[in-house]
Amino acid sequence: MTATSAPRRAPTNWTAPAMQARVAVRYRRERLFRLAGLGALCLAGLFLAFLLFTIVRTGWSGFRHSEVAVSVVFDAQALGIDPAVARGPGGVEAIRRADFNALMQRSAAAQLGPAADVVSEGAWLDLRAAVLADRGVLGQTRTLWVPVRSNIDLLAKGKFDENEAEVTRGVSNEDIADYHYLEARGLIRTDFNEIFVSAANSTDPELAGIWGAALGSLLTLLVTIGAAFPVGVLAAVWLEEFAGRSRWTDFVEVSISNLAAVPSIIFGLLGLAVFLNFFNMPRSAPIVGGLTLALMTLPVIVITARAAIRAVPGSVRDAALGIGASPFQVVVHHVLPLALPGIMTGTIIGMARALGETAPLLLIGMRAFVADAPKGLTSSATVLPVQIFLWSDDAQRGFVEKTSAAIMVLLVILLLMSSVAIYLRNRFENRA
Amino acid sequence: MTEPCPKLSARNLNVFYGAKQAIKNVSIDISREHVTALIGPSGCGKSTFLRCFNRMNDTIENARVTGEIRLDGRDIHAADMDVVQLRARVGMVFQKPNPFPKSIYENVAYGPRIHGLASGRAEMDRLVEDALRRAGLWDEVRDRLADSGTTLSGGQQQRLCIARAIAVDPEVILMDEPCSALDPVATAKIEELIDDLRGRYAIVIVTHNMQQAARVSQRTAFFHMGAMIEYGETSTLFTNPVQARTKDYITGRYG
Ligand SMILES: Nc1ncnc2c1ncn2[C@@H]1O[C@H](COP(=O)(O)OP(=O)(O)OP(=O)(O)O)[C@@H](O)[C@H]1O
Ligand SMILES: [Mg+2]
Repeated sequence: MTATSAPRRAPTNWTAPAMQARVAVRYRRERLFRLAGLGALCLAGLFLAFLLFTIVRTGWSGFRHSEVAVSVVFDAQALGIDPAVARGPGGVEAIRRADFNALMQRSAAAQLGPAADVVSEGAWLDLRAAVLADRGVLGQTRTLWVPVRSNIDLLAKGKFDENEAEVTRGVSNEDIADYHYLEARGLIRTDFNEIFVSAANSTDPELAGIWGAALGSLLTLLVTIGAAFPVGVLAAVWLEEFAGRSRWTDFVEVSISNLAAVPSIIFGLLGLAVFLNFFNMPRSAPIVGGLTLALMTLPVIVITARAAIRAVPGSVRDAALGIGASPFQVVVHHVLPLALPGIMTGTIIGMARALGETAPLLLIGMRAFVADAPKGLTSSATVLPVQIFLWSDDAQRGFVEKTSAAIMVLLVILLLMSSVAIYLRNRFENRA
Repeated sequence: MTEPCPKLSARNLNVFYGAKQAIKNVSIDISREHVTALIGPSGCGKSTFLRCFNRMNDTIENARVTGEIRLDGRDIHAADMDVVQLRARVGMVFQKPNPFPKSIYENVAYGPRIHGLASGRAEMDRLVEDALRRAGLWDEVRDRLADSGTTLSGGQQQRLCIARAIAVDPEVILMDEPCSALDPVATAKIEELIDDLRGRYAIVIVTHNMQQAARVSQRTAFFHMGAMIEYGETSTLFTNPVQARTKDYITGRYG
């Protein structure tokens, strides 16, 4: 069948014009391919830069707020606090009972004249905090910088166009007049917004903070990683190292792959049905949110962990088995350490996704208005993305900058998480 | 081969991969004093046969072994035989060097550690040094015990694997083409090493290299398509084979 004497080919002429043309085409294609790649990269970078720029531009001012100077006479009698009691063991109770709100109103009315109502409704908290920090202020007069209402704050930051008609401007003529009155007297200043970084949610933009949501996210993620990581890794180890192949494991494998593709809101429904309705766990709690997100993250961890375990060369297993290591020792001493970088990468990706997840948490009640930072895994809480969603939905102008500022916080946390992931991965890879 | 009880013996051994039979009804006695070489064309089942003795075929999903193998007269498939301990007693050096991606020290110390053979750091140090010395690697690695085993050359890695195997003080060492990836100098070192180890361990070595089999072994078994064609003293088998197929193979006329 084979040709015994194929005609001898002429030697290839590497310098013929046709050959030269082919070389030129090859170079051109290569150049085009590189340019296309570079272009795609630039485009992606541009989008990212644009996104970051707009967020930082609007969000930056969320980390600053305006305060007005009010000097307050801390008259113990008017406050109804006995200075002796205040210094004693029941002092905190007594101070908490006192009516600082009235004191604030009186002081503002006395000193700010026509602009007395610029003071925020929560400004009295600063007065109480001053007394709680130092009982010595009782009976003295102190000048405090207290937060102003959101509209005044926005005026101070130049967020309103004062020449616009009053109806469309979003801020009343009185507020503008008040602001100029204070500004002319040097009674208003803008500085770092400690309320934003230390408080929980509030209906007043100037009193709302991100700390509650950040803590909620942290607690929720702790539960998620605590539940999903060990379960996911154990499941992956079992499936890869011990299960063998059977109809049943095939079924499990297909189910897990499908679970990874299920929309997250379905996991919210699952969490609602299982944790809230069946186990009667508390609504809006980090424990429920964390477990719900763990259900969502579990397939991702199982799949990446299996891939990482499978990537461990079989020769390492043979070597260990060959000198009499038990299957358990093979896994613990050799397979897992080698697979760990891959497993951790997968876990961090899963966690990052969980950190940004909103939909399933809405279903289990984490969209509730929570005015205090969570105190534990079972107290009511919200999380960063839900907080962002809630604020972005709020009609008050003051929440616009808070929304972007919250996004900045979320992005920074994500960045920190992936840096930790990269650091850990490098460390473990070098060790192996 | 007139020992009262051979170190290893197989009777009517069959191995199947799924429906395909890789080893066909092999019976053999392996003596404790000798180096036994397994030769035969590629794919004839030498590795499969070797893996029967430490039950590494158990780890291959579709492999099935029938027949009987005895170590010191005890059935290694018996219910009361602990396979983990069996593999410590019957060490294996694989065809491709496979050091752990850990330090050289840790490579050798791992076996003794999991079997609790050394109490204390000093004893472990001595054990590691001893194994490395016997594997002829000590002088090359004494200053770099903390380096990863994978940074060694191929021949050094293979000697490290031998050191790792003898560190747990096995009774038998199975070697699957230990020199297939090595240059003549490294090969010579390993052959020397096998010679040194002879008598202390029963050694079974698979090799494609006829000269090597003739140099290091006292007994040779020739395999062909899963069956053991001929087994006897190495000198006789190479100079005066009984079977025509053996003769064809060792004279290079095969295939
Ligand atoms: N895991 C496996 N699954 C199916 N068949 C296998 C498997 N391992 C080996 N075989 C088959 O069994 C036969 C014997 O294989 P084995 O590896 O024992 O040969 P060998 O004599 O060691 O060859 P070589 O000298 O090339 O290493 C071959 O035909 C091979 O294809
Ligand atoms: Mg082989």
